[in-house]
Amino acid sequence: MSQDFIQTLLLTGKLATWTTAVLLVVGFPVAYLLAYKRFFLKPLVEALISMPLVLPPTVLGFYMLVAYSPQNAFGAFIQHVFNVRLAFSFEGVLLASIIFSLPFMIQPLQNGLTSISISLREASYTLGKSKFQTFFHVLVPNMVPSIITAIAMTFAHCIGEFGVVIMVGGNMLGETRVASIAIYDEVQSLNYETANQYSFVLFIVSILILTLIYSINGKKKLF
Amino acid sequence: MLKIDIQHAMLTSEGKCNLEVCTEIEDRELMCLFGHSGAGKTTLLRILAGLTKADKGRIVFNDVVWFDSSRKINIPPQLRNVGFMFQDYALFPNMSVERNIRFAQKGKDQHHVEMLLELYELQALRNQKPSQLSGGQKQRVALARALAARPNVLMLDEPLSALDFEMRLALQKEIRKAHDLLHTTTLMVSHDVNEVISLASSVVFIKNGKVISEGKPVEVFDKCLSGVVRKRNQA
Repeated sequence: MSQDFIQTLLLTGKLATWTTAVLLVVGFPVAYLLAYKRFFLKPLVEALISMPLVLPPTVLGFYMLVAYSPQNAFGAFIQHVFNVRLAFSFEGVLLASIIFSLPFMIQPLQNGLTSISISLREASYTLGKSKFQTFFHVLVPNMVPSIITAIAMTFAHCIGEFGVVIMVGGNMLGETRVASIAIYDEVQSLNYETANQYSFVLFIVSILILTLIYSINGKKKLF
Repeated sequence: MLKIDIQHAMLTSEGKCNLEVCTEIEDRELMCLFGHSGAGKTTLLRILAGLTKADKGRIVFNDVVWFDSSRKINIPPQLRNVGFMFQDYALFPNMSVERNIRFAQKGKDQHHVEMLLELYELQALRNQKPSQLSGGQKQRVALARALAARPNVLMLDEPLSALDFEMRLALQKEIRKAHDLLHTTTLMVSHDVNEVISLASSVVFIKNGKVISEGKPVEVFDKCLSGVVRKRNQA
């Protein structure tokens, strides 16, 4: 196995891990708000989060690329404050990947939270527990299957992401070249053997993740 | 003493209805909120616990204002120190019987947990999860958990409605035990006349959101019965 092959797979894993970790931290508060609060712009927020499910990845990638440009406010702000160039960099791909994977994390978490009986939350409140304590001691332990589904779906989706990454990051070895782009690149160069190796790894990882999700959902009743 | 004077618009199966309750509950009283389904009993209990915000009014417990719409005061349920037993018991599925009780405590007091486990004959079930318990066992755990926090007011929302007749009789004793142990005010929602007579020291009869009678159970039901007989004779 070549050095490039391993580097590309490691980068793919790094992108998926970072995306999943950031989304887990960001996703819980957002899912909590959507599950339990009513506010004026809620349908719009829900629609925006679900957009990546219906929007072609190239559309999002194009707009992200425009936003990343130092000639636009957002790109200039990031470059000025953090000294980071988002276009055609790992950081840029990561940000695009986070936005593109939002529904895969938030929707299972939101469904998990809404499926917990309201009386459990209320019982915890009447026992003097704060919303924070209720969240960690009552809500999280009773939605473990939803959390695993959210993590697995986000990770699996990131590993297979192609359109957004190529639009925002291009095809730079060790920086933005993930496995799905490498497959395309190898096929274009008629290196079918290497393309097959990448494809096989992605196939195995995806089937393992999906089998995990279905086996958890099959015995959803944990307690 | 718990002083209640509230108004709240409710949506029942028979349309919109205004809940209007003005009453006082003495300390250490076991009071039943009696009435048909949709009368507003559970809504009133939820308003008292702080789980539902009343539209207007005032609730004061021993000089502490829990709710006052004119002064925009609404103490959250966490600070009212009530023991609330839900119709579905709301036991935490991820916790064992013992952990459900321990979770309710404000500080660690294993001695009190052991006492509650013994009182409600739950020692053998201490490591079981709620899904492994029968209806009666769940009810006993829910009662023990409500008592674990040493609440100011014990609130029971139709605690016996999901049980069969024999179990109801047995568990009425458990509720009496809980009330006596706490030496506190207990409020219980019920629509069963026998249950009210055998358990309560006073009853508030609510119909379509309004209090139509209150006092000692026998007197209240006697008055209602005389009213019905009088109406029938007039007809």
